[in-house]
This record gives sequence, C-alpha cells and structure tokens, in this order.
Amino acid sequence: MTTPHIEQQIEQWREYFLRRKAVQSQDVAELEDHLREQITGLEKNGLSSDEAFLVAIKRLGDLDSISREFAREYSERLWKQLVVAPSDTEAGESRTEWMMVLGLAVLAALLIKAPTLFGLQIDRDWGFYVRNVSFSVLPILAGYFIWKRKLSGKFVGWVAAAFVVAAIVMNVFPFHLNGSTIGLSALHLPIVLWFVVGVAYAGSRWREVTGRMDFIRYTGELFIYYALIALGGGVLSGFMLMIFESIGVNISPVIGLWVIPCGAAGAVIIASWLVEAKKSVIENMAPVLTRLFTPLFALVLLVFLTTMVWTGNGVNVARDVLIGFDLLLVVVLGLFVYSMSARSPQAKPGMSDILQIILLVSALLADAVALWAIASRISELGWTPNRVAALGENIILLVNLAWSSVLYLKFFRKQGTFAELEKWQTQYIAVYATWAMIVVALFPLLFGFR
Amino acid sequence: MEINKDLIAASSTPIVLATLAKRESYGYAILKQVQDASGQHIEWTDGMLYPVLHRLERLGYIDGTWKDADSGRKRKYYRITSRGRKQLADELKQWRAVDATIRGILPAMTMQLSHRL
Repeated sequence: MTTPHIEQQIEQWREYFLRRKAVQSQDVAELEDHLREQITGLEKNGLSSDEAFLVAIKRLGDLDSISREFAREYSERLWKQLVVAPSDTEAGESRTEWMMVLGLAVLAALLIKAPTLFGLQIDRDWGFYVRNVSFSVLPILAGYFIWKRKLSGKFVGWVAAAFVVAAIVMNVFPFHLNGSTIGLSALHLPIVLWFVVGVAYAGSRWREVTGRMDFIRYTGELFIYYALIALGGGVLSGFMLMIFESIGVNISPVIGLWVIPCGAAGAVIIASWLVEAKKSVIENMAPVLTRLFTPLFALVLLVFLTTMVWTGNGVNVARDVLIGFDLLLVVVLGLFVYSMSARSPQAKPGMSDILQIILLVSALLADAVALWAIASRISELGWTPNRVAALGENIILLVNLAWSSVLYLKFFRKQGTFAELEKWQTQYIAVYATWAMIVVALFPLLFGFR
Repeated sequence: MEINKDLIAASSTPIVLATLAKRESYGYAILKQVQDASGQHIEWTDGMLYPVLHRLERLGYIDGTWKDADSGRKRKYYRITSRGRKQLADELKQWRAVDATIRGILPAMTMQLSHRL
C-alpha cells in the first residue's frame, strides 16, 4: 500500500503531466497505473516507498519526451477540438445537457411553425407573424439558461412576467398594418427580449459588471457561431436543391417554408449551447476578429474624413443615411466593446489602445457631420416615427462613444482605470434596453399606431 | 550489451505484437515480459511504451479496453487483432530476411562472434 505522502507525490506528478497539451486524462491514468504497479513491485523487492517512487519515476522516463511522442501520435490534440470529448465523470451530465439542448432546439423550430397549424399563413397574416416571431425562440433560450443556471423561482417569475407583458403589449396594440410603428416595435422587441435573456444568462450576477461583461462576450460569440451554422445551413440547402432538381423534384417550397425557418430558430439554441460549452475550451473569436478589423475600420474612417475635408463635399442626406450611420456606430461600438472584453484590465496602455482611440474619435467625427446634416433636414421634413427612432439611437450611441473616448483617454494618460470603462459600458446596457422599450411600447401610443 | 536506439525503435512493433499474440496484456506486464524474454538486454524507457501502444491501436493492430484490475483500479488491456497477426507475420518475415542477409554475408564471423559471446 502506498503512504499518504506517496499519494500526494503521485497527485503532483499527475497534475504536472496533465498540463501538457498532447496528453489527456486517459493517458495519464494509464501511466499512473503503471507507476503504481512499478512502485508496488519495487517495494516488494525491499525498497522504501520513497525510494520506490523515485526509481519508478526515473524508469518512466522524461515527461517531455513522452509527451513529445504523444504529440506525434495525436497531432490533432494540439488543435483544441470544437466538439470536446467529455471526461468520464462529465459524460453523463453532458449527455443530459445535449438531450435538453436538442429538445429545446426542436421545440423552438416547432414553435416557429406552430401558427401554420392554426391556418395562419406568413404572406396572408404577416401582422401576426411580425408581432410574435420573437416569442418563438427567445423564451426557450431564456428557459435554457434558467435550467442551466438553476435559477430561483423569483428569477423565473420575473423573466416569465417580462415575456408575458411584452406579448400582451404586442398583441393588444391596435397597430395600423400599413403604418411604420408596427415595424419599429417588431424590430425593437427582440432587442428588449434579448436583455431579458441576458438577465437569465447572468442570473444573480445580472447587476454586476462581470455578469454583464460575460453576457456581452456571449452575445458576440453567439453571433459568430450563428453565422457559421447559417453558412453550413446554406451549403446544405444548396445541395438539397441541386440533388432533388436532378431527379425532377422542386423542393424550394420545402426549404423556404420549413428548412430555413426551423433551422434559423433551432440554430439559436444550438449556437448558445456551443458558446456555453466552448467558452473555456477555445479562444473567443470575437476579440480576434475585432483585432483584425479595428485598424481597417480606423483607416477607412480616417480616409473618409480626409476626403470629405479635401473635396468639401457635405453628407448627402438620402433616405437611409441615418440608418447607415447608426449601423456604423453599432459596428464601431462592437469593435470597441469586444476588444475591451478580451483585454486584461491590468495590461498597460499600448499600440492597440492608440488604434482604439483613433477609431473612436474618427467614428465620432464622421457621425457628428452626418448628424448635423440630418438634423437640419429633419427640421424641414418633419418628424416621423422612423426618423425619431433612428435619431434617438444615433444620439444614444454617440453619447456612449463620446464618453468612452473620454474615459479611454483618461486611462491612456494614466488618470483613470480600465475598470471605469468596463463599468460605464456595462451600465450603459440599461440605456439601450430602456430606449428599445420606449420604441416598442411608447412610440405606437405617441404616433397613434401609424 | 546495449542495443542501439534505432534498432529498439524498429523492433518495438514486432516485439509488442509478439507479446500480445501470446495473450491479452497491459503496459506494465508487457514491459516485464519483454525484459525477461530479452534476458534484460532490452530495457525500454517505461513511458515510451504507451505512445507505441496507442499507435498500434490506431493502426488497428491491437485493441485496447479499460477493465477493472485486481488492484481495484482501472487498467487498459490490449489484445492483438487479426490485422495485427498479419502485420506480425509480415514483420517477422522482414526480420528473418535481414538476419539471413547478415548471416549470408559473414557466415564465419557471425559464428565466431556468437561463440565468443
């Protein structure tokens, strides 16, 4: 029998060995069995347990060369695997989760098609669909996080209440189907509900900076995984069309009415699960992409500003310019927030921070120019719901980016901390949520549902 | 006498397969059998056996399964497959050919050497 002291040493050896990328717990278990048997054998020959341990370790050989051999045999292990093989102890647990996720994804897919069972057609009854499409996926996603985080009844109550109130508002309001408020409400409803999902995601940490930061990270990764799944779905649909066409069967209605909506709904759940399962396994992609695009966007904006000054051309206020600049600000904010989410708060200011500041300031300038042009135009043409919503969003984003630039500069000049910046961003989430709520619930009232 | 590294590496496959051709076994026991059979001439670094076993498993020459050992711990046992037997026969042929070549070139000297040993 080995002594507690030897047990401790074996434990240390195991941890040390496991740290190598090419070695997995099963390999270590196999070698540990060997080590123990060797120790027992040596002890029988009269060695003390300490001596036996030392000799056994020595005979096992140098861990570096052993793991090099393993790496040669398992080169794939050096690539972190997307679908991780769970260890024995976690296998049961992860299978339950996988079944749950699959079930929820199917449920989301069914819910999105449920109205057709009651004879509602998307082209004929689009008013119904526009009002309710957000309620097919997002409550299920919230449910998944409630289940996963084992949230208390109080939380479940609040989250459920938020969905119910939103559903009542959307379906009770007497929208004019030809007006613009119905579109605005339908567009902003998922944003509101997304923050409800965020509360379920962060659980009891939903008011804390770290909880909200995790939710921001999750949102970015989800977007990337979703885009990848959509890409795969597109390839699959394309092949389906082609091979069925070759036998003279046209399946484009099936794809349009079933495959795409069901796939799009189910993929949200699957992608969320992937983000959850992979967050500690593989590098987050969003910060990598932002690192790639931050300098490019900064460069484009700088060239744009210089060209504008050089040519003396003002911004031509066409119909969609305001929306375009809103989107630009969203992208810049995304670039900023995701590079922030991956930055170590302790790291000293460096080159990438200078790029961030250039990006922020040039985006602010570009937007200020556009906003000036648009504001003067609106005073001539009058206020419509769409213009007010777009203008409001622009101002909200502008305020955020402006104050972020100030905080960033302060941090850069060592007058502030990075944590202040994080705190500002995470608290500002409440502003987006409130504005989206105003657009969903107050705009229809203010503009007479038109 | 110490056998050089290249020869050890080249001979590891037939030796492991030959050991497993007799009966199902696991890492530590394979090592002991090889040591005894070689008259202590072959001393592998213990840890290096496992990557070899895993390679043979991937090639389909042997089959590994986790079972409960007498010690109460889990232990991975390997047994040879029919593909492994074919591979073993093939490798043995190769070894005999190499051996025959050396003997054919230096019949007397090999005899002398083995006498002196």
